[in-house]
Formats: sequence, structure tokens, C-alpha cells
Amino acid sequence: MPACIVDSRAATIEGFGLSCCKPVSALLIENLHKTYRNGFEALKGISLRVEAGDFFALLGPNGAGKSTAISIIASLINKSSGRVAIYGHDLDTEKEAAKRQIGLVPQEFNFNMWEPVVEILVNQAGYYGIPRKLAFERAETYLKQLDLWDKRHTQARWLSGGMKRRLMIARALVHQPRLLILDEPTAGVDIEIRRSMWLFLREINRQGTTIILTTHYLEEAESLCRNIAIIDHGRIIEQTSMARLLSQLNTELFVLNLDKPLSAVPEVPGYGVTLVDAETLEVEVLREQSMNDLFAALSQQGIAVLSMRNKQNRLEQLFIDLVDSAKRELAS
Amino acid sequence: MNAWRLYGIAFQTIVTKEVLRFTRIWMQTLLPPAITTTLYFIIFGKLIGERIGEMGGYSYIDFIVPGLILMSVIQNSYANVVSSFFSTKLQHYIEELLIAPVPNWVILSGYVVGGVARGTLVGILVTIISLFFTDLQINSYAVTLLVFVLTSILFALAGFINAVYATTFDDISIVPTFVLTPLTYLGGVFYSISLLPTFWQSVSLGNPVLYMINAFRFGILGVSDIDIAVALTIILVFIVGLTVFSLVLLARGVGIKN
Repeated sequence: MPACIVDSRAATIEGFGLSCCKPVSALLIENLHKTYRNGFEALKGISLRVEAGDFFALLGPNGAGKSTAISIIASLINKSSGRVAIYGHDLDTEKEAAKRQIGLVPQEFNFNMWEPVVEILVNQAGYYGIPRKLAFERAETYLKQLDLWDKRHTQARWLSGGMKRRLMIARALVHQPRLLILDEPTAGVDIEIRRSMWLFLREINRQGTTIILTTHYLEEAESLCRNIAIIDHGRIIEQTSMARLLSQLNTELFVLNLDKPLSAVPEVPGYGVTLVDAETLEVEVLREQSMNDLFAALSQQGIAVLSMRNKQNRLEQLFIDLVDSAKRELAS
Repeated sequence: MNAWRLYGIAFQTIVTKEVLRFTRIWMQTLLPPAITTTLYFIIFGKLIGERIGEMGGYSYIDFIVPGLILMSVIQNSYANVVSSFFSTKLQHYIEELLIAPVPNWVILSGYVVGGVARGTLVGILVTIISLFFTDLQINSYAVTLLVFVLTSILFALAGFINAVYATTFDDISIVPTFVLTPLTYLGGVFYSISLLPTFWQSVSLGNPVLYMINAFRFGILGVSDIDIAVALTIILVFIVGLTVFSLVLLARGVGIKN
């Protein structure tokens, strides 16, 4: 059960637009179930709350239910039961108002490959009731921001993978949604474009757009998101702030590059040290241990460290631990 | 924003997109029916028609002109919606519409009007071509236009339903090839059912296309094998039935949502 939904009654009142004093949540999900026609139960009663202005990571292994949850929020598939509210608008009773709040960047390319880039944006704006002249102005703004303006008359099929991803972001923003959902937005994108997309997303989040991100690049989630939920086998197994989650990490594994080769593993009491090769050490450091003590111990033995890096992304380690423990729980 | 203004802009967007689509690929959408119908006029109207003599009190080419115009309207209204909506499903850009605050009836009417636009354009092209072969005299403009538009709407709706159920390209060609074409050819485009034995006349009355072609022929020539009121009623009943069925399919997300 997610930690933040302590009072489900309060969440219901607030999330479904009846509150007079608290700000409305950007997204509130209550007990959401989805069973496909073939009997596969993709969501087993998830509850989730994302506050307005948040940059929120929804993580989980493949087939965990992330895309199903997103597709339900975006009205692309029908839920089996449960409730979804977007900025206080119930998806069942105020469908159109709820839909106006969302922009979606899906995992797969889902635009007409034969249409010119600018028309894809203008048409999408039209579906939201934005007059054609204003739609062209908006299209120009977002295509320029995402470095696609030069390609505005190009058919979408001729764009590179990175450009197609950026086109989907521009399309999702053209009606200026308050909640932007990005499902693996940087999959298959080179590091330079990924970094520029991060900057862009940070900026629109700073301007007030709530963002929900799913990604397999955990350093991306760690770098961008303030809050996080982990979903596995159709259940939320963790929902907390990124800082709190990372603070749960008990040990970190560091790789040290040395200035001179060693013939044996140096003895550093309290630290797990492994000699990877003559000039590389791996050291396991507990959360309460000091790096200064480690360096002092090495220095006393005449070992100088040239450089150091984390062997594994911190969030990645936690993610693996959480999913493994959920798996063990499920098995028992 | 006023909801009706929003719906109006969304509807206009879908229609514009549809019209741009079929005009952009005019070599595939507008030219073939023009060429095919020209061949019909030359072969059946001129070469063979002159040996057939009169039918229903008119020269054979005059008799087949209304049927050929309406046949092209039927085929093109259907083809436009079935291929366009199936592509939106296949390439998943139906999601652009599903995520937006566009009611199902706006989606349906947008695609249907797109189909009617292509049917109308092709119908006008075929009518212009027919003027090279015969003097077209219109008996009743009201009936002619009414049947033209209603038939186009009916087959655009049928194309939409076909696209909703279709999962492969075969599925969007099976119905036109094995259902639509036989019904149209047996619907009295090239002959009057009075030429048929009584039994086959009765069988023909079960073919809805027969009513449309005869109603349209009445609009142009003033002759028909069928009572016009009955024909119009049948067309309207089909339109209402197919509209309700299409909206139910959209509401349930059949073929669109999992």
C-alpha cells in the first residue's frame, strides 16, 4: 500500500474536486483494476496520488502494468474498475474536462507517418478545439523549442528516431496540458538529445506543468524526479519521495582507480575490498561509514586513488532490491 | 470554451484532414473511378448499348448513367472511410483522437463527412464525364441530391463499421469485393429488374442497393422499378441503424480499445 495515501476518504474528497481548502491533486487513482479479455490481470487495485507541479517517476519492470495504467489515465483503454481523477475531474463523470488536462507522449510512435510535421501538431490542437490560426502559432512555438521547426514541412516518416520522440513531445504540449505523461520518452535516443530533452522537461516542469515519467534509464528518473512509485505485477510496491527512497540504500559499491599496481588486496578494516585488477579496487561502503576514513586507510598504506565512481546507479540498486523482495513475497 | 465551438473545430479538423488525405493521393482516389467509368460509358454505353436499344423507355446509355454515377459514389464513400479509419488504427494515430476531448459522434460524423466529400467529388467527376456521352436531363433535383447524399452517408457508415472490425488489409478488401460489388452490379445499374423472371425479381428486392439506384434513376430520368417513398424509407432506416451501431462500437471501444 502506498505510504502517502493514509486517509483514503480525504484523498477521495480532495481528488474528486470537492475540496475547498487544499490544492487539487494533479492525478488521483483509487483502487484501479484492469483485467484484459484474455484473463490477464494487469492492474490489481493500484492507488496513486501525484501532486500538482510534481515531477513524478512511475517505474517498474517490463509488463509490470505501467503502460496499462497510463493508457487508462489517457482513455486509450477501458478500466475494469476503480476511479481516476485528473485535476479533480473524474474520468467517468467529467470525461472531457479530465481529458483536456492531459498530454501524453506514448512509448510507440503513434502519428500519421505520411503527414507533414506541422500538420500533426495543428490537427492535434484542432481536436482540443484550438482554432487553426492559434494552432499554427502554438505549433511554431513548440517546434522551435524542440528544434524541429526546420522539419515542419517534412513527412513524419523521414524524421530520425530522436526527432520523432521530440515530435511526440511537441504534439503532447500543443494544447498546453497541466499534466504531461511521458512513457519512455528517451528510449533509443542518443545521450546528447536525451540531455537536451531533460533540460526541456525540467523547464516546462518549472513553469508549472506536472510531469509523470516512466523510464528504464534509472539515472534519468533519479536526476529529474522528486517523487516516485514503483509498480510490479500490477501492484504499487513503493511510493515515496526520491530522497527518502535513496536514503534507504544501505551500501554503495565504489570503483577506485589507483596510481600504482598492487600485488595483494589491501587491508582496510570495516570495508569490503576486492582487487578487480592490479590497478582497480572495488570497495563496499556502508551508509554510516565515512569516505575520509577509507581514503586515510589507503593513504597510510601508500595507495593513492586517481579517480572514483559509483559502480551501480543508486536507484538501480534499490529498484532491483524492491522488485526482488516483492517477487519473494509473491512466491511465499 | 463553449463545448459546441470545441466540437465544431474538432469536426472541421477531422474533415479537413480527410479531404487533404484523399486529394493528396488523387492518383489513387480520384483518377481510377474517372477512368473506369469512362470505359463503362464507351463499352457498355456506346459499343454494346447501341445494339441493346431502349431500356425503361430510354436509350441504354441514358438508362445506365444514373446507376454508374451512384455506383462510383457508393464505392468511393465506402473506400474512403474504410481505408482512412483502418490506417488510423493500424498506425495507432487513432490515439490522437481517443485522448482528446472529442465525443464519439464528432469522430463518426467527421469520418462520414470525409467519405461523403470523396463520394461527392467522384460523383461530380463521373457526371461531367457522362456529359461527353449523353445529354443529362434531371427530372427532380431534390430527389437526385437527396438520394446522392443519403446513399453516400449510408456507405460511409458501412465503411466505418468495416474498418472498426478490420484487423488486416484483407479485411478491408473482402467486403467491397465479395459483398459491395455484387450487390451494386445486381442492384440494377445495368438493367431493369423487370427483365428478370419473377423469382429473381423478388430476390432482387432483398438487395438494398437496388432501392438506392432506382431512387436515383427516378431523380434523373423519372423512371424506377421501385416506389420512391419505400426506397427513401429504406435508405433512412439503414442510416439510422448503422449510425446507432457505429456509436455503440465506438462507445465500447470495439477494435479500438483493449
